[in-house]
Order: sequence, then C-alpha cells, then structure tokens
Amino acid sequence: MKLKLKIWKQGDAHSRGSFVTYDLDGVAPEMSFIEMLTYLNETLIGKGEEPVTFEHDCHEGICGSCGMYINGYPHGPVKGLTTCLLSMRNFKDGETIVIEPWRAKPFPVIKDLMVDRNALDKIQQAGGFISVTTGAAPEANTIPVNKKNSDLAFDASVCIGCGACVAACKNASAMLFVSAKISQYALLPQGRPEGKERVRAMIAEMDRQGFGSCSNTGACEAQCPKQIKLFNIARLNREYYKAF
Amino acid sequence: MNKILFSAVSKKFVMALAGLFLLLFLPVHLGINLMLLRSDPEPFNTAAHFMATFPLVKVVEILLILAIMTHITYGLIIQVHNWLSRPVRYAVRNKSDTSAFSRFMIWTGGSVLIFLVIHFFNFYFIKLGIVEGDPENFYAIAYQLFAVRGYAILYWVCFLILGFHLYHALQSAFQTLGWSNEFWKPVIRVISLIYSIVIPMGFAIIPLIIRFFK
Repeated sequence: MKLKLKIWKQGDAHSRGSFVTYDLDGVAPEMSFIEMLTYLNETLIGKGEEPVTFEHDCHEGICGSCGMYINGYPHGPVKGLTTCLLSMRNFKDGETIVIEPWRAKPFPVIKDLMVDRNALDKIQQAGGFISVTTGAAPEANTIPVNKKNSDLAFDASVCIGCGACVAACKNASAMLFVSAKISQYALLPQGRPEGKERVRAMIAEMDRQGFGSCSNTGACEAQCPKQIKLFNIARLNREYYKAF
Repeated sequence: MNKILFSAVSKKFVMALAGLFLLLFLPVHLGINLMLLRSDPEPFNTAAHFMATFPLVKVVEILLILAIMTHITYGLIIQVHNWLSRPVRYAVRNKSDTSAFSRFMIWTGGSVLIFLVIHFFNFYFIKLGIVEGDPENFYAIAYQLFAVRGYAILYWVCFLILGFHLYHALQSAFQTLGWSNEFWKPVIRVISLIYSIVIPMGFAIIPLIIRFFK
C-alpha cells in the first residue's frame, strides 16, 4: 500500500505545531497502525530525518497509551478498537490519512502525537480507590454481590483511561471516564463506604483540571475502545446528587 | 460551597431542572393557542385575560421568567467553558457517530431565544404596557401577525428548530438528572420524540390552518 500521511508535528506544549506530509510506500495491509508508524519512523531515521513521536506500549488494547486522532476519529474509524489494534486493512491504497494528537486543554502536547494525560491520573488519585486494611486476603465470596451489579461493575472497570472520550467529546469532557471509575465502585458493596467522598472529590478534581461539561451527545460512547456505556454518566450524576 | 454549586454536574442539574419546568409550560400555552382556531375570539381572549390576571398564574409567570433566565445564563456559562476546554480545534471535523440534534443545542437554543424576544414584543410587553396595543384582544393581534407571510414563515421555522432543540433537551435532562439506564433510555427517547413533534407542530400548524383554511 502507498499512503500519504499528514501528521501533526510540534516540539512541545509551548511551541507552535504544524502538519508535515509524508509519502510512505510499502505498507502491508497486515500491519497495525502502530506498526505502520514505526515503519515510517524507520524510513525517516534511514533518511536522517527526525522521527514522529507517538506513545504506545502493550499492543493489545489494554494500556491506553496509543491514542491519536485519525481522520476525524479517536483511535481510528473502527469501533471498539484502540489504535494499536487498528489494522491497515481498514484504509485504502493511496489514501491520505490525517493524524492529530488528542485536543483538550487538560491534555497538553508533549511532542507531536504524544499528549500528557496526567489529568486523568489526578482524577483517579482524588478518589478512585477503596481503603482496605492490609493483611491476609479475605475469602472472595464472604460479601454477596448480585450478578447484574457484578457484570455492570466489570463492564465499567474495563476503562483503560486512554482519553478517547475526552478527545471525541465536542466539549473535551471527561465524564465518561469519571463515570466508569465511579460506577465500578458504586455498584459493589466494597465501594459504598467511601462513595460520597469519592464522587465529590473526583468531580472537584475533574473541574480543577479544566475538562468541559457533558452535553450528552454520546460521542464518547461511540468512540470508547472499551465501549463504556453512556448510562454510567447517569449513574455518576445520581451518585453526585446523593452525596449531598 | 462554590465548588458544589458551580461544579460541571451541578450547573447541568440546574439547567436541566429549569428546562424541564419550561417544558411543562409549553402544553398549557399550546392548549390556549389552539383556541385561535375557533372563529369566536372570546374563548382565546378570555383565556389570555385569565393568564394575565389570575394571582396563581402571576406566581407561575415569575417562576417561568426565572427559569428562562436561569436556563439561558447557565447554558451560556457552560458553553463558554466548553469552548475554552478545547483551545486548539481539530483540523479534521469530528466524525463520531452522534445525533446532529445534540451537536447544535447552543445554536438551536439561540434561535428559539430570538423568537422569544420577538414574541415578547408582540404580546407579553403589550400586557406589561411597555409596547402599545390592546391586551384584551390578543386574538386580533395573532391574526394580524399570521396574515404577514414573513412572520408566518419565521414562526413555522422557529417551531421546527424548537422541535430539534426539544428532542435532545428532554433526553439530556433525564440523563443529567440521573433518570436514565439501559432499560429506560429507549423509552425516554420515544417520549422525547413524541413530545418534540407533537408540541412544536401543534403550534406550527395554527398559522397554516389560519392562512389556508380560514
């Protein structure tokens, strides 16, 4: 495959960026998007040019580091996939692919396509945990949990904190991320004792980081590679009102 | 305390409550407007007189004005904050699978506001004595306005836009208030669809009937 890549290049958060166009030949349809970018970088290094900076790690859709905005879609045009699992089969020979970093005030560009997603970590650190005394692990079935809540909590807990919800939202809102983190505890008995403090602290931190509000457009749900559902945001809202 | 009152969730909560209050008023207004279809102006003018003078309605009127102002003020504050949350826009338009009605709420809301201002000048300010006119004969004023083709078209277009606004607004309010889950979401969508068609089209059909069938 032969591709024309228009990639955002930027030195750091304070410098001005611009698009640089690369013509890349010899891309195999079997390659993942990350492999294609790695191949581009090898080509650039071979020519003595500066490679494109982007983040990636696990290559199996669970670390959440490989996010980038591809042709108008966070993580690319295929639903339910991270960029690392996106195959080049989904693009046509000769296609122009425009690649941008996540755009949000709380996600400053570190370099090129790599952004600082520490804002999400700070929200998690504000309350996304349960306090337990250390010691021997208790028997797992001591506290009964109904199957429905167990499944819903698991579905919420698969959020990998990649930031695609923020990137997709027209308001750069992190509500889907926060709702997943709140739901995974709110639905389980272990999360209830600190429920009120958790939701208050996480929402306050979300606001402090400068994320936008939720307009309930559903772009976050549409682009979430882990397909976290929008009704988690309704649960987050309920939890927040109950906390006062 | 400020953090609680003005958090991202609280602002949406206040906006949703104010919006829902306005949605409750629309069917009442429509019920009165449908009396315009009768040839006798008396029932419409009597209803308008009742709405302008009955003490309990006066209280509701103040609440309505407060709800409109709150909805607009919070809407603008939220929108400006949202725009600031993404200082650098994407070069390629976001193609995520979302409803068009939900993406243009500030613009459909702004259009409805412009109509509301015109509507206030045509009727409400006459009632308050700010604008000249006969507050006891709103029936005649309505017929005079609908006789103007430009006004009838504006009226029709504004209610079409109001329908777009309401379709997302109702669903969004339920979601914001936390009254949505996997089971209720499709039910709420159907209720929103019915409301956003029946109420605005109920208003919009009045000038059509008056112009073409009366």
